[in-house]
Amino acid sequence: MPPPRHLWSGNEAVAHAAFDHGIGLASGYPGTPSTEILEVLGALGGPARWAPNEKVALEVGLGATFGGARALVTMKHVGLNVAADVLFTAAYTGVNGGLVVVSADDPGMASSQNEQDNRRYAVAAGVPMLEPRDAQDAYDLWGLALEISERWRLPVLLRMTTRVCHSRSVVVPRPRELPTAAPSFDHDIASRVMVPANARRAHQRLRERLRGIAEWAETAPIAFEHRGDRSLGLVTAGVSAMHAREAAPTASSLELLLTHPLPLARVARFVAEVDRAIVVEEGDPCLFEQLRAAGIEVAGRPEPFRFGELSVPRIRQLLAGDLTPDPEPPRGKPPELCKGCPHRSVFGIFAKHDLIVAGDIGCYTLAALPPLNAMDTCVCMGASIGVGLGLRHVLPPEQARRVVSVIGDSTFVHSGLTGLAEMVYNPPATGHVVVVVDNGTTAMTGQQEHPGTGRTLTHEPTSRISFEAVATAMGVARIAVVDPCADEDGFERTLLDLLASETTAVLIARRACLLAARRVREAERSKNSCSAGGGNP
Amino acid sequence: MTLVKVDVVIAGLGGQGVLKASDILAEAAFLAGHDVKKSEIHGMAQRGGSVHSDVRFGSCVLSPMITPGEADYLLVLEATEVEPHRHRLRPEGRLITPAALDPALLPSKRSLNVGILAVLARELTLPIAAWHAAIDRQLRPDLAGPNRELFTRVFRYPSLTGASS
Repeated sequence: MPPPRHLWSGNEAVAHAAFDHGIGLASGYPGTPSTEILEVLGALGGPARWAPNEKVALEVGLGATFGGARALVTMKHVGLNVAADVLFTAAYTGVNGGLVVVSADDPGMASSQNEQDNRRYAVAAGVPMLEPRDAQDAYDLWGLALEISERWRLPVLLRMTTRVCHSRSVVVPRPRELPTAAPSFDHDIASRVMVPANARRAHQRLRERLRGIAEWAETAPIAFEHRGDRSLGLVTAGVSAMHAREAAPTASSLELLLTHPLPLARVARFVAEVDRAIVVEEGDPCLFEQLRAAGIEVAGRPEPFRFGELSVPRIRQLLAGDLTPDPEPPRGKPPELCKGCPHRSVFGIFAKHDLIVAGDIGCYTLAALPPLNAMDTCVCMGASIGVGLGLRHVLPPEQARRVVSVIGDSTFVHSGLTGLAEMVYNPPATGHVVVVVDNGTTAMTGQQEHPGTGRTLTHEPTSRISFEAVATAMGVARIAVVDPCADEDGFERTLLDLLASETTAVLIARRACLLAARRVREAERSKNSCSAGGGNP
Repeated sequence: MTLVKVDVVIAGLGGQGVLKASDILAEAAFLAGHDVKKSEIHGMAQRGGSVHSDVRFGSCVLSPMITPGEADYLLVLEATEVEPHRHRLRPEGRLITPAALDPALLPSKRSLNVGILAVLARELTLPIAAWHAAIDRQLRPDLAGPNRELFTRVFRYPSLTGASS
């Protein structure tokens, strides 16, 4: 019988691989293009959960591996900024059960605020990194990542990109034979308590482990070599490897799966066998810089290729030394807030009163586009509150009084609570108003649950965080809750009243997301009928 | 007609079922035994903006993205999306728009995506059983039956007038 074959996205492949390899715990925070991994794992019946943010997700994952379980933690590239504090020291403490951290990067920024290249994190934190080229690799490299993690007792970064996460391709799942994990705790204070005396030893140990992996990588199955025409050799990784082989089918190529630490002798051997070697990589010149630093004679790419995604035609241009800028593709219709979306009312009122709006990350960021043009800043998760406070502190009073911060419910839980603490601790002279646009879901990424919805990843009931109770407990002077659709005038009056009060205020604009409403009703019904229902729709 | 590789771009607006159509096409090619890659951008584009998906199948597919100017077929679910995507087609490539479909064949606007796939299916060599199985796998059970019927009706329709190119 032929082995089963599937048509999976990279994200689905990771979820299935985690499930097939006996994952003990999976955590993460929704973020395009990573979100589907935990959703699919949850639907398979795997132990997947949403964390309030990526830092907590990685902490929970690390704790699980200290306890001997295998753990998966998923996030989009900017999520690793939030979790970086954990990652850098987890590289020192090491792990017991395998720990795989998925960083889903977004070159070209299909749905992100920047196109940072998280391969830099593998180098900076000193963790091994694997890069799948397609969904089959995503499945296979999950197992390899686990094996590396458990052999060298380090967290491993599985660095994916939008075109690997969201492209579907044929996968034949071949799970690796790995021993079963048996969670149990052993005291190991010297390894896990990172006070300076222990951390100094831990840093030495980390570098020894990385040397061990680099040595193993010289002969391990962590690269594919295509022996073609000797006149041109391409050193590449990730989806760029697929583009490159199509763009230059006769060239020789070395496609690296493990991109940190690099098998330098192996790359040097490949480069020595070809007349001209070029590094074909998307994003920052990470491979190029490491290879050149090691004295390997490879050529890089001109600066324009740092921006956006690579593709077959762009690699053809790169290889031809053609620097004519790509023709600007015709613009399609831009996305917009749904008809009847509650955010439309809120931002319509902001625009009407010409407020200075410190915004945040979510569907409502679309309010910055015409016709609303009702958002002035958007930087990162939770920044609305800090940025709004900074503006309040320095602007002349007549402008400061017009500043509001606006943040979604999921974003508020992710990174808004510390901003609220700052507002209460260092209140601006003119006060401040934080508007929480609470549509009861993580809408932008496809309506995921969060700690403010009172339902788990698979929509089962759990405890709910009350934003008004949190704001009260933190000492915010005035708190109001208004439905901006049912009572648009009331929302406007309340907002103006809170702005005029010149004290600290939280205004919750609470109205369910239209897209999530049906699923929420179904979840509530199954809760009320005490059925054992659940599972992803 | 034996093609080594077929490249199809499907385009339209968020909510029209562009991604679902590309899932069905990819699944049909997969079930027919081909190597398949399908690529698109999720996220922001879902909010009523332009959406497109690339489906490639054949004996061996490398890049998941279709090179502009090299697509064999461009399926467009919304007339305003033709111009933004026309450059994806190769010079002899085929453009298929809703104009290719007799509106009387469609029970509702929501089935346009499956209807237009059936127009494409007439030009490909994928077996109809693969299409039916793909529809069954990709649509909810209550929608699969009517869509399979619609697909067959368009697939077997004697002449589709107004097909543009």
